[in-house]
Amino acid sequence: MTILQFFLWSLLKVAVVTVVMLLGVAYTVLLERKLVGRIQNRWGPSRVGPFGLLQPLVDGAKSFLKEDIIPTGVYRPLYLLAPILSLGCALISIGVVPFGEPVTVAGSPHLFQVSDVNIGLLVILGITSIGVYGIALAGWSSNSKYSLLGSLRSSAQMISYELALGLSLVGVVMRAGTLNLRLIVEQQSKFGIASWNIFGGMQFVAFFIYLTAAYAETNRSPFDLPEAESELTGGYHTEYSSMKFAMFFMAEYANMITVGCVATLLFLGGWTSPFGDLIPPPQNFLAHALFPICWFVLKVFCFLFLYVWVRGTLPRFRYDQLMNFGWRWLMPLAMLNIVATSLWLAYR
Amino acid sequence: MNLFAQEVPLSWYLLLSAALFSLGVVGFLIKRNLITIFMSIELMLNGVNLSFVTFAHQWHQVKGQIFVFFVMMVAAAEAAVGLAIIIAIFRARATLAVDRIDRMKL
Amino acid sequence: MHLILFFIFAGLCLAGAINMLLQSHPIASALSLIVVMTSLAVLYLLLGAEFLAAAQIIVYAGAIMVLFTFVVMLLNAGREERTQGSRVASLVGFPAVAVILALIATVILHVQGLGTASLSQGITSTEELSVVLFTKLLLPFEVTSVLILIAILGAVALARRGHGDQVVSVPQKKTEGR
Repeated sequence: MTILQFFLWSLLKVAVVTVVMLLGVAYTVLLERKLVGRIQNRWGPSRVGPFGLLQPLVDGAKSFLKEDIIPTGVYRPLYLLAPILSLGCALISIGVVPFGEPVTVAGSPHLFQVSDVNIGLLVILGITSIGVYGIALAGWSSNSKYSLLGSLRSSAQMISYELALGLSLVGVVMRAGTLNLRLIVEQQSKFGIASWNIFGGMQFVAFFIYLTAAYAETNRSPFDLPEAESELTGGYHTEYSSMKFAMFFMAEYANMITVGCVATLLFLGGWTSPFGDLIPPPQNFLAHALFPICWFVLKVFCFLFLYVWVRGTLPRFRYDQLMNFGWRWLMPLAMLNIVATSLWLAYR
Repeated sequence: MNLFAQEVPLSWYLLLSAALFSLGVVGFLIKRNLITIFMSIELMLNGVNLSFVTFAHQWHQVKGQIFVFFVMMVAAAEAAVGLAIIIAIFRARATLAVDRIDRMKL
Repeated sequence: MHLILFFIFAGLCLAGAINMLLQSHPIASALSLIVVMTSLAVLYLLLGAEFLAAAQIIVYAGAIMVLFTFVVMLLNAGREERTQGSRVASLVGFPAVAVILALIATVILHVQGLGTASLSQGITSTEELSVVLFTKLLLPFEVTSVLILIAILGAVALARRGHGDQVVSVPQKKTEGR
């Protein structure tokens, strides 16, 4: 396959994935508003379009048309760079996530993965680490005490829980023997639901550690103190308005989706169906290619549902409770998980 | 399309590494802010890392890359302790300008 | 392809490093250094060290530089001044370093037997790296982990407010529970 072909296919895949991701972000916002509304015994947005389905379009238009206020004392270069960095990092990490089976169409291997790298998992962890800068720079450049405090708290929270996040994934990597996301999923496809890492791979503790650490990484409830309105009037995005604020918002939801994708790939078997070999794969090429994507999307949807459910139900952590929990409970628990998994693998 | 198949001689990587190292030395000597001096030290370490990786590629040995791994770990530990010292100095002197912290008398 | 990528990212490295020296605000220097480290990660990838590229991003650009950025933000360092010392240092420093660079460059360019790098050459997998790291070099690995533990303890001990700090203190309450 020539370089030109490779570039064109990659461009096409990137365009499709970006469009789908942005649509996903927009409709995740709608999902959250409707679900939180239902938890609170009210309809969510239901006026615009049937069941409120056109609400994200209207929200997007509103974000573009709002007045863009830039306070005078801000440090302009970083003030403008921070939302770009946040949204960029949130959208880049979806590039190594495989959505479906590795089918080969017209010479492009791995049609459903933008790029198949051997260190896919480390790429996602690395981009999560870079995403901290968006928040840290936003708060500092805003030249306001609420913003600075919120961003410092938020960044400290993110880097603390990155450790627990990374350590909880080591068990999965040990079992799979590779950092390649596609190979990790293929390794879980033998017996259907019983060979998913959360059940057959005995990684349920790691799954819950990952879930908790991911809630803290994406600054979502119950760890969303840095952006709670009653605490810090908005935290690091206090001084942002209109499209830049919308970019932070989109970055948060894109991070949610990415975390859901990674958890699906590593713990829930990715695109493999829970029935495994009980239901034979369909003979039709199109169905064979599309069914795994449906399973993947279903699992990611379950994750997003869980995210919003937890947000609507649990109260927030106080900041010192949050840091205490991350350093003194989650990280040792993740390390114990590594020890237990390695013992289990050695004596199996 | 021949441009796409060209190879890069490894001496260019070594030159880049030497350039980064010398820029780090320049920074260490001419900057007057403690944190920037410390960042120049990190730049020097990065330059050296690049030359290690280049030689690991040259001799097809993995040990060069492992050495880089260790250099990264030591740099992380050094950065943590060094920045803690800088914070302690700032608390005592309320300035980060090197020209004003050059005496032990407060 | 390798040539084009090398030029782009080596150029970014040098531009970032020179920008780090020319900026007067430490936060701009920190951001330029992040650019240098990210381009170095791509250069490691070009040389076939994929794990090191990821480690460079995660450890250097994602943790060490975050630490630097935090400290700059917390201390609110402000711009540098041009004192007499710094003018003298610039006058002597730049030419001296140009001499050092010229010396190293002549040594490098006269070495025989250096190969070339291209994209078609193999990538060192993480497996190969870990086999050597955990069998032959296990002792340095364990010693490094002890070193990091010592660094954590040292950083926490140095950065906390002790009894002997000369800061303006709020009148303490009588409860002495430390």
